[in-house]
Amino acid sequence: MLELRNIQKFYNRGTVNETCIFDDFNLRIEEGEFVSVVGSNGSGKTTMLNIICGSIPIDRGSVMIDGNDITGQREYVRNRIIGRVYQNPSSGVCPSMNIIENMAIADNKGSSYGLGRCINKQRIEYYRSLLSDLNLGLEDKMHIPVGSLSGGQRQALSLVMSTLKPLQFLILDEHTAALDPKTAEVIMELTDKIVREKHVTTIMVTHNLKYAVEYGNRLIMMHEGHAIMDLNGEVKKNTGVDDILGKFYEISIERGN
Amino acid sequence: MTLLLSVFEQGMIYSIMALGIYITYKILDFPDLTVDGSFPMGAAIAAAMISRDMNPVLALLTACVAGAAAGICTGVIHVKFKVRDLLAGIIMMTALYTVHLCIAGKANLPIYGKSTIFENGPVDALFAGSLRPFKTVVIIFLVTMILKYLLDWYLSTKSGFILRAVGDNDTIVTSMGVDKGTVKIVGLAISNALVTMSGCLFAQQQRFYDASMGPGTMVIGLASVIIGMSLLRKVSFIRLTSSVVIGSIIYKGCVAVAIKLGMPSAFLKLITAVLFLAILIVSMERSAKAKPAAQSAGGNGSGNPDGDSDAKVVE
Repeated sequence: MLELRNIQKFYNRGTVNETCIFDDFNLRIEEGEFVSVVGSNGSGKTTMLNIICGSIPIDRGSVMIDGNDITGQREYVRNRIIGRVYQNPSSGVCPSMNIIENMAIADNKGSSYGLGRCINKQRIEYYRSLLSDLNLGLEDKMHIPVGSLSGGQRQALSLVMSTLKPLQFLILDEHTAALDPKTAEVIMELTDKIVREKHVTTIMVTHNLKYAVEYGNRLIMMHEGHAIMDLNGEVKKNTGVDDILGKFYEISIERGN
Repeated sequence: MTLLLSVFEQGMIYSIMALGIYITYKILDFPDLTVDGSFPMGAAIAAAMISRDMNPVLALLTACVAGAAAGICTGVIHVKFKVRDLLAGIIMMTALYTVHLCIAGKANLPIYGKSTIFENGPVDALFAGSLRPFKTVVIIFLVTMILKYLLDWYLSTKSGFILRAVGDNDTIVTSMGVDKGTVKIVGLAISNALVTMSGCLFAQQQRFYDASMGPGTMVIGLASVIIGMSLLRKVSFIRLTSSVVIGSIIYKGCVAVAIKLGMPSAFLKLITAVLFLAILIVSMERSAKAKPAAQSAGGNGSGNPDGDSDAKVVE
């Protein structure tokens, strides 16, 4: 269970450019939920993910996991139980290393990176079988530097790498936004499959309302630092893209644009 | 013959330093100027200890530890105090000038006639008669190979992989639950340990320490790394560390030829700089030419030295 309590977050505090992203923001995500988060630019979606992962400091409030306060925990410590896939497909992989090397790094997550050999030859077949399940041809490119793969292939690899070891939370930060529609579809299906298989609590930020409606069992719409819509279970199932879009226009009109 | 031997001797001694620069410049993507201070520090340690008749191997180990400490200092300045990489190096380089002067006690300390790694009882007994001229080069070769293989081994470990990852994409290091700052500090420590050992061997081979040994170290190392990488890029079975060693020997050869052709030795640094510039221009032209070719070939480049740009993506 993940809880954000009374979060307050300013950017450029104390300057003329001061912007308040969150003032007393609360959110509770139960174990096993697959939450889709939508909202306009600047509504605080990515900031929320950064706060959960500890990438940025907060001005007030606390982040709790299973009742433990982790507000002060460093980002790299929190990342031991969190897998994150970024919008930029290059962020989740090492471009100059090949697929095996990338997988080997991910396969050691959670243990100490000591002086043992990193590539375990017995695991290579396992990596290959994981990648051939994706049907992207990655299993034939195991020795090619990841930098020369396509964006979709890299994103699929990032997804597999971030979920290779047991994890408590999967954070998806607009992870299909940089891909073409067809590849995005493939990555979304892959995401759904992985989330189901691993029963991992997932938070997905997306600008694609169709994905937000289609996938996951909870939908949150953010606006000016608040969750103005929070749909669960049956209600979420019966909600269509048009309903969400209607709400979207409503808030846009409020803002006068 | 003597010229060739001295090219190999000095080329290989400098190649140890170049391996250190390879770690910071190529793997960590950190322009580390500390080396201009840690190289003469190694020389000062050698001169100070050997002039007091201490064991030359002990001097090498001391240099290794001192170099690692210097690297850690640079790393801590950069990581913990958030000083920019270039400035952190400059600060340490300047500080180390005083350190190596203090270690040596004076600006020039000769150690002629003392026993060094190359000049001691057992070694002289082993290389008797006609083998004698090859004594130094053989010992340097052994030391260089040991250090090169140690580095190769390290880079294949988990710790080595994380080191490679931090220069490539440090986001991933954080997502693996590892503190990227610590990884950088470790990299700088290993790099400067190698550079200082190289300086220590250099002083033992030249049989003196001089305070002015430092400036230009970085350039020599960079030139060696870039020569090795760009000349041997296509030869996929040669490890990158080996190409750095070969690059360093080629570089020393070029300098030796320039001096042989009548350049006064006072021009050494100028030759170094001009040569480095020439190498940079040539290697940039090569990579510009190589890029379209690599794209059409589906990016099979084994080296792919500066490859993270999205422009290289091949569908």
